[in-house]
Amino acid sequence: MRPGESRGGIRRGIARRFRLPLRTTEHADADAQEELRSFLDERIAALMSRGMSEEEARAEALRRLGLSFTDAAIVLRESARTRERRLTFRDFFDDLMQDVRYALRTLRRDRAFTLFAVLVVGLGVGASVAVFSIANRVLIRPLPFRDPGELAWIANKGEKGLSGETVQSQTLLDLREGAPSFRNIGGYVPFYDVDNTKFTAKDESARVTVIQVTENFFPMLGVVPMLGRSFTSDEASGTGPRAVLLSHLTWERRFESDAAIVGKAVVLNDEAVTVVGVLPPTFDFGSVFAPGARIDMFVPIPLNAEVNSHGNVFTMIGRLWPTATVAAALHEAEAVAKRINAEDSRREEFTPLVVTLKEHVSGRSRDALTILLVSVAVVMLIVCANLSNLLLARGSTREKEIALRVALGAGRGRLIRQMLTESTVLAVGGASLGLVLAIVGTRTIAGMSAFNMPMLERVSVDGMALAFTLVLTLVAGIAFGLAPALQIPSASVNGSLQSSGRGFAGDRRGQWTRNALVVAEVALACMLLVAAGLLTRSFYNVLDVDLGFQPHRVAAIRVDPGKEQLTSAARFTAYVDEVLERTRAMPGVEGAGLSDGLPLGGNRSWGAKAQGAPDTPESWPTVFVRIVSDGYIGSMGMRLERGRDFVAADIPTSEKVIIINESLAQRLWPGEDALGRIMIADTARRVVGIVHDVRLLAVDADGGLEMYLPFRQTRDFSAVNLVVRSTLPPETLTAALRIALQPLLPNLPTKQFQTLDTIVDDAVSPRRFTTLLSTGFALFAVALALLGIYGVVSYSVNQRTQEIGVRMALGASAAGLQLGIVRHTMMLAAIGIVIGSAGAWAIARGMQSILFGVTSTDPVTFAIVILLLTVVAVISGYVPARRVSRIDPLMALRSTT
Amino acid sequence: MALLKGTLDVLVLKTLSWGPMHGYEITSWIEVQSSSRLDFTDAALLQALHRLEERKLLSAEWGETENGRRARYYKMTAAGRAHLRSETASLLEQFGTLAAVLAISSSGR
Repeated sequence: MRPGESRGGIRRGIARRFRLPLRTTEHADADAQEELRSFLDERIAALMSRGMSEEEARAEALRRLGLSFTDAAIVLRESARTRERRLTFRDFFDDLMQDVRYALRTLRRDRAFTLFAVLVVGLGVGASVAVFSIANRVLIRPLPFRDPGELAWIANKGEKGLSGETVQSQTLLDLREGAPSFRNIGGYVPFYDVDNTKFTAKDESARVTVIQVTENFFPMLGVVPMLGRSFTSDEASGTGPRAVLLSHLTWERRFESDAAIVGKAVVLNDEAVTVVGVLPPTFDFGSVFAPGARIDMFVPIPLNAEVNSHGNVFTMIGRLWPTATVAAALHEAEAVAKRINAEDSRREEFTPLVVTLKEHVSGRSRDALTILLVSVAVVMLIVCANLSNLLLARGSTREKEIALRVALGAGRGRLIRQMLTESTVLAVGGASLGLVLAIVGTRTIAGMSAFNMPMLERVSVDGMALAFTLVLTLVAGIAFGLAPALQIPSASVNGSLQSSGRGFAGDRRGQWTRNALVVAEVALACMLLVAAGLLTRSFYNVLDVDLGFQPHRVAAIRVDPGKEQLTSAARFTAYVDEVLERTRAMPGVEGAGLSDGLPLGGNRSWGAKAQGAPDTPESWPTVFVRIVSDGYIGSMGMRLERGRDFVAADIPTSEKVIIINESLAQRLWPGEDALGRIMIADTARRVVGIVHDVRLLAVDADGGLEMYLPFRQTRDFSAVNLVVRSTLPPETLTAALRIALQPLLPNLPTKQFQTLDTIVDDAVSPRRFTTLLSTGFALFAVALALLGIYGVVSYSVNQRTQEIGVRMALGASAAGLQLGIVRHTMMLAAIGIVIGSAGAWAIARGMQSILFGVTSTDPVTFAIVILLLTVVAVISGYVPARRVSRIDPLMALRSTT
Repeated sequence: MALLKGTLDVLVLKTLSWGPMHGYEITSWIEVQSSSRLDFTDAALLQALHRLEERKLLSAEWGETENGRRARYYKMTAAGRAHLRSETASLLEQFGTLAAVLAISSSGR
């Protein structure tokens, strides 16, 4: 006999309903052992009663056992252990199924509640999973390259603009030599324009985007062409055979997935180039290096003296040795830079910056995504608080059911488990809806390439997001079920069963919990509202920014001249004249001009100085350069502050002229009049005009120093854009232009005008994305807070019906009682707002980097949020409070509810 | 006569349809009913009991025998009763068919 067991056990024929659990293996072992002994004893006794001696009986009993005693003991111990293990599991599972069935039955009875809860959880989970999927792809998941952790971004920490961030080819070579932490360094030329190359096939031409990369670019990233191969040294030498690699998309769309494409020639800018390979579909240059851009083809660029003479053109990517660190690499790069800057005065200044490629790629979106992650976390908390509250209120109507179950012998633990099962079932229901919403949401977002965020096209709900959903669901289910579950009393059966009065859910603790949840909801909603408010104000500030040009009704199209038009300066001048003349003659056109680039697009910069200034680095600022024609400034709606626009007479043989912006005028001739002065850009030029600054790099960043050179006086451009101000829609304009320019450009690519409005819109799209999402979350939070307050107040009015009836019978007015309830609501809201404002203040401080034109303590935002929440609190408190006036004191006093 | 595979479980359930019993009671009831013609070892019986309890066809409880010893009493559960019914039906049908086939006499040709 084991200690601790009752001697008597149960009598024969009386079975216990529940199995006594044998919790440990030791118990199971002892149990099996004792059963075996008891069995043998019984048989021996029976045999002896038939006249056998004890010896004989024992021998016979062991014979009948069929196994030696030791073996039988082992076999039975094993089968007992298995039995206990499986039974424990089955008991758990059976209880769970029972709870789930019960929960489903209960929830089916209360359809409105279930529907609401599933909807709320669904929206919360949907938002959380969608944002998690984006953050996972953009911030957490490795880049789609081989050993992406080894890849580093090497930039020049120079002046702003691409020219300041890039390096010369010789610097790239010097780094390969002098920074042994890098196994390899390659790069690409970021100064490409969209649709920079004419691609001709079957007598029709189209424009494609081609980018130049170093020979080792693809091998270094670990990108293996799906067909063919990467570039050879010969092809990358600049003098060898010309080769091109196709992106997978281009291969599919323009070459109908021709499996025999490798080795064939394609015509790029009227020259035959051999296709040497097709890149795999997993490689998307744009999504990593140039969000929103679509790169169609890749050509090699040599690292020779000629390319070096182009100045800063390379963006560098390096692969570190597995054992090397970014810090060590930076240290080496700094030593190389120091040597270059000291020894080679003709070389562009190099100030290295080395970060992991991942950090560089995700860095731009990190702040915005962090805000969104915090927002969805807060939304989920509000969802939990809200459901918790609803379940608490529901619990009060179920107190009799629960009391009955307690009376029938259900333990507190079992009931808590039941309640948690119920909340988890709700959470799972909600999560299923949420998952559908998240999948739809991420698909939509991934399809919106306009959002301009790296890796966004690759966002999807994947395995990791599913795991996240599962965890989130279980945690949420337990989180919002816990408070109501813990309201279950340990043994106060009598109270609820007997009395008709307020049960446990109406006691002080329940009241306190509900109030606390409302305060939490208001506080969290307040935080989200402030964050969304600040982002919205930033967004409107960005939209209100003085761009320096007026994008409305302006459109642009590429009109690069053909080869023969570039053979002489005179021919090109004639080309420019004719394009402008023909365009301006079109009906509906108010102005037209040419430019080599558009604002918010690519940029490049040169050094420039005032003539006569000392030749020190300080007097050679880096200036953004644009080549434009007459009419460009007017068509763009830029403001010519002083002087004149270019004219058709600014030709190669006339005086070299230049137009600069106010910032450059200030920089070169501080406090003096720049007009008429001579400055050194590509050559000495006279300043004939001064224009207002333009937002060149980004809508939310100052442009900086700018200069404009006339098209007819330089050949240093890579693209010609025709900019037209017109009342016509882009489609009509394109068709009319095609006809107008037909004699000049017989095969104008079949591409439509791009409106400047679209360009500006694309530039602000990441900000719009963040603002829209966070505003959506905030409004959802406010709606939940509203429901939360409403629920609590209407519950307390219900609970206090009798008390209110007594008070009214004693002469209290309905209005006075209502006022009391609203005042109570206001107090809860006020506490929530105070806590929330403090939280919002902390969150807003972390948001500083993405705010624009507002401070993190913007009083207007805070005031509006506080006002809004106060109004919401008053409404959601007043509506249920009005019910007080419908209470008939007599009915209330008689009723037994 | 050695037992056919799976029949011991049915026998045990059948025995317990008379009421809760401990292991030795079960084996002696079967011995009496079959006039000791069914051959199975005690170890096999005890294992069968564990197995049936594991499948929740039986429930077990310690109790006291008539001669004052402690013994593990087994009782059939509702699931066990249903299992016994369906197994009995299927076994009887099998044996009936088997018997009918085997009884076809070759001399009738």
